[in-house]
Amino acid sequence: MTSRLLDKLNMLDRRWIFLAMAMAVLAPILLQIGSDETPSPPTIKLFDEIERLPEGSRILMAMDFDPTSAAELYPMALAFTRHCGVRRHKLFFVTIWPTGKPMIESTIKGVIQADFGSGDRPYVYGVDYVNLGYLAGDAVAISQMSSDIRKARPQDARGTNLDQLPIMTGVTSVKDMALIVNASAGFPGGKEWVQYAATPQNIPIAVGCTGVQSTQLFPYYPDQLLGLVTGIRGAIEYETMLAAKYPNPYADRSKRPAFLRGGAQRWAHRLMIGLIVLGNGIHLANRYRRTLHP
Amino acid sequence: MNRETRFWTVMFLCGSLFLAYQSFGTNRGVGQQFVVRVDATTGKIIPPTTDAAAPAVKTVIYEPAAKDDPEAIWSFSRTAGIWIAALLTLCIFSYLYRDNVCYKLAESIIVGVSAGYWIVTNYWEVLIAKVLVKLAPDVARYAFLPDTPADAKADYLYVVPVVLGCMVFCRLIPKISWMGRWPLAFVVGTTAGLKLILFLNADFVRQVRSTVLPLVVFSASASGGSELDLIQSIKNIVIVISVLSCLTYFYFSVEHKGLVGRISRLGIWVLMISFGASFALTVMGRITLLTMRLQFLFDDWLGFVRI
Repeated sequence: MTSRLLDKLNMLDRRWIFLAMAMAVLAPILLQIGSDETPSPPTIKLFDEIERLPEGSRILMAMDFDPTSAAELYPMALAFTRHCGVRRHKLFFVTIWPTGKPMIESTIKGVIQADFGSGDRPYVYGVDYVNLGYLAGDAVAISQMSSDIRKARPQDARGTNLDQLPIMTGVTSVKDMALIVNASAGFPGGKEWVQYAATPQNIPIAVGCTGVQSTQLFPYYPDQLLGLVTGIRGAIEYETMLAAKYPNPYADRSKRPAFLRGGAQRWAHRLMIGLIVLGNGIHLANRYRRTLHP
Repeated sequence: MNRETRFWTVMFLCGSLFLAYQSFGTNRGVGQQFVVRVDATTGKIIPPTTDAAAPAVKTVIYEPAAKDDPEAIWSFSRTAGIWIAALLTLCIFSYLYRDNVCYKLAESIIVGVSAGYWIVTNYWEVLIAKVLVKLAPDVARYAFLPDTPADAKADYLYVVPVVLGCMVFCRLIPKISWMGRWPLAFVVGTTAGLKLILFLNADFVRQVRSTVLPLVVFSASASGGSELDLIQSIKNIVIVISVLSCLTYFYFSVEHKGLVGRISRLGIWVLMISFGASFALTVMGRITLLTMRLQFLFDDWLGFVRI
């Protein structure tokens, strides 16, 4: 009986595992099971820094990601922008990824225009925020921005001359920013912002990165990176802090996309741990069987 | 017809019947997208009307809207977009079962669309915005970018990168292919020079500095004195030992025997732990991607979830 079960498990088609994983992810989505996470120190530091900065501080929002990494980074970008909006900071959106342009536009539409576009003090384009668009040249573009923004990009994404925008008054380079917040999916991204702008110019920088990239960026924390938000877990941590500090409206589930992805993540991890244990158990059982029947 | 083909034929039929029922038999529909017309100048919603005498609006933008919004109109382009995205997602997922023509089609579309997007973006952002605006601002203003400043002056230094860029294509002509090496040499030289300085600063000096840590850390206590911070001390000891053991593993001038062998073995363990962490974080990212696609399929397309 046990031997037959072992034979069946040895011959198990991998597609059953794919199906099990799909079910583990799908069930929490359909049942809308979310997950909160206890914030880690690198995430807390970024949150505290945005809280600490006085109203109207200039923050460069470098959105270096594309639709393939949006699953992890878009909720993060939304959370960062919401927090900066609540604190009334001046935001300068930029990307060094050609595919990052729609990500900026989507963030502006989903946060700035939706949450802060109306009311007593609406966010006004060119006064409170600007979309500098895509900067061609990869890491060299960062270097150029560090010395002269207008040389790197004389016009904004709408084609308006930067000198005509009130928000650009007194801004000559990245050095004039109080903080760089980078959502990074790879090269060029967080590492290049640290190497080409933050470290040589001594500008505070915090990075929100994909899980894959985080092991490359952790060595920079806490000396060269003020904060580091890692993958979807980091995004959930940030949303948790935002919801705790500003429950109205950020405790609402519709404003917490990462939270809703956290439940699926948790169940998928449980399944994966179970499968790893099962796989090793099968391996050990096979070895034991070979010793019994060499 | 073998058993497998029969199974998949039944599955496709069931799926198609379900989608047909959802689309035409329920109020919810499948992938239906609605928009409201907004006057771009005033930001006011323009109510749908068939009255030809209604005042004309200069610029109209379309914003997403709920189906039950009285001013909402059905959007063909957005609905088609959702359906195409959903079907392409299913095509890609089909690879998990077996390589097939639907997967190949979706893969080819991704490659083609990505290449097209990059070409168009770089045409506007590099060739027009960075080259033509610098070399011929009047032409750029007249033909491409009307907001190019009227007082912009031509900067003929930009001829150099244009010539170097054109020289890359010399590699296609065997007789002058040697000229194609010059721009490459320029790129390699400048990148190496730039990287060397920045890397030395950010990744060498600062990283060494970050590793010089006190092994025993004392922090201020509540009584005003100082007390041993055990956790921070352990953290610092682990960092220092890990760095030294990894460096020993990559130090090949001494044979890895005895004490050096044991330390380098510890270095292997440290590397294995870091690879394990990388792998786990990669898995986390991939599961998030799967979550996003399933959210799209079951929320945006099928409308089963209302987040």
